[in-house]
Amino acid sequence: MEDKKREKVSLLRLFWIFFKINAITFGGGYTIVAALRDEFIIRQKLIDEQEMMDLTALAQSGPGAMAINTSVLTGYKLRGLLGAVVCLFSSILPCMIIIVAIYYVYDEFRTNFYVNAALAGMSGMIAAILVVTTYDMAKNVLQKTPVFSGIIMVTAFVASYFLNINTGLIIFAFGFLGLVLFSIIKEEDYK
Amino acid sequence: MTIIIELYIQFFIIGATAFGGGYAILPLINQFVVGNKGWLTLQEMTDLVSISNMTPGPIAINSATFVGMKMAGLPGAIAATLGVVSPSFILMGILAYFLFTANKKLKFLDKMLITLRPTVVGLIAIASLDMTINSIFVNDLGPSPVPFNIVPAITFVIGLVFYFKKYNMIKLIIVGGILGVLLTAFFQGAFI
Repeated sequence: MEDKKREKVSLLRLFWIFFKINAITFGGGYTIVAALRDEFIIRQKLIDEQEMMDLTALAQSGPGAMAINTSVLTGYKLRGLLGAVVCLFSSILPCMIIIVAIYYVYDEFRTNFYVNAALAGMSGMIAAILVVTTYDMAKNVLQKTPVFSGIIMVTAFVASYFLNINTGLIIFAFGFLGLVLFSIIKEEDYK
Repeated sequence: MTIIIELYIQFFIIGATAFGGGYAILPLINQFVVGNKGWLTLQEMTDLVSISNMTPGPIAINSATFVGMKMAGLPGAIAATLGVVSPSFILMGILAYFLFTANKKLKFLDKMLITLRPTVVGLIAIASLDMTINSIFVNDLGPSPVPFNIVPAITFVIGLVFYFKKYNMIKLIIVGGILGVLLTAFFQGAFI
């Protein structure tokens, strides 16, 4: 992964971006990927599509919450260690505030009309955002090596969705495959 | 004081061993927090899952904050949450240091990433599929003239059209929430 020279983003701005994203991204880890793509690739152009995919792959290969791993990596990439710390705290803060607040009013929260109705509307919207994000990412991966990447993509999908194999294990297996495969053949040859 | 340290350590272990993200953490919470420690009852764990589904943020953070709150109030919530993210921060920090600061060309990583990129896309496709099925077909949220949840179905279509045109994502999600309230109120008025 090459680090290209780009405009620097301020720590305060980084804090606000991650705070905002984490306050609103329902639906688990990959929603964060969609949000980060939206913010850093589409709007700010600070990270390119392939770099984002690399950050996601690396984040997914570590233990713990993938959203947190992605935040730490992205923060470090943009502003070094300090950036990583800022992104870590701005990512966990919204979740903590919300859970602490809900802890006291859980029963009212769960049965509240407005909460449930808003969540229903948001869930459809987020599903659509994830679908479009997947489409964009797939298009990008398939551009250079349609057959090779296509086979891996489908295999990973089947392994996790139909065979229920642990995601960590899938990541480990495919990482290992890449390592072995491209130690034997040159990267240019597989196209 | 000991409970604070205990919370930190217990959640550090959970954070360090939960591979696979998302729900991969639930069996660990069940084993350590519900089973070994007895910090949560099974009913509370079920509530925790529904809270996590209704709030933003990773389930790991949600559970840590919730359990910490219950055992030792705010300091407990802070300790448990810091515990569960510490392994992530240390490991990703080291990785990032080699990649971005030392600017080491990690040859082996480049080789792995060639196969990992499409893998990640395959996995994110599952997240999209699950989320779509769950929101439109699973949670029955009220009266509906059709055999699926009409409100999320409508926001889903709006989302597809507008996000495809690269409209701001956060604004779209907020609009989704507002539409959810308006449409639900409308359909309840029309079909009850």
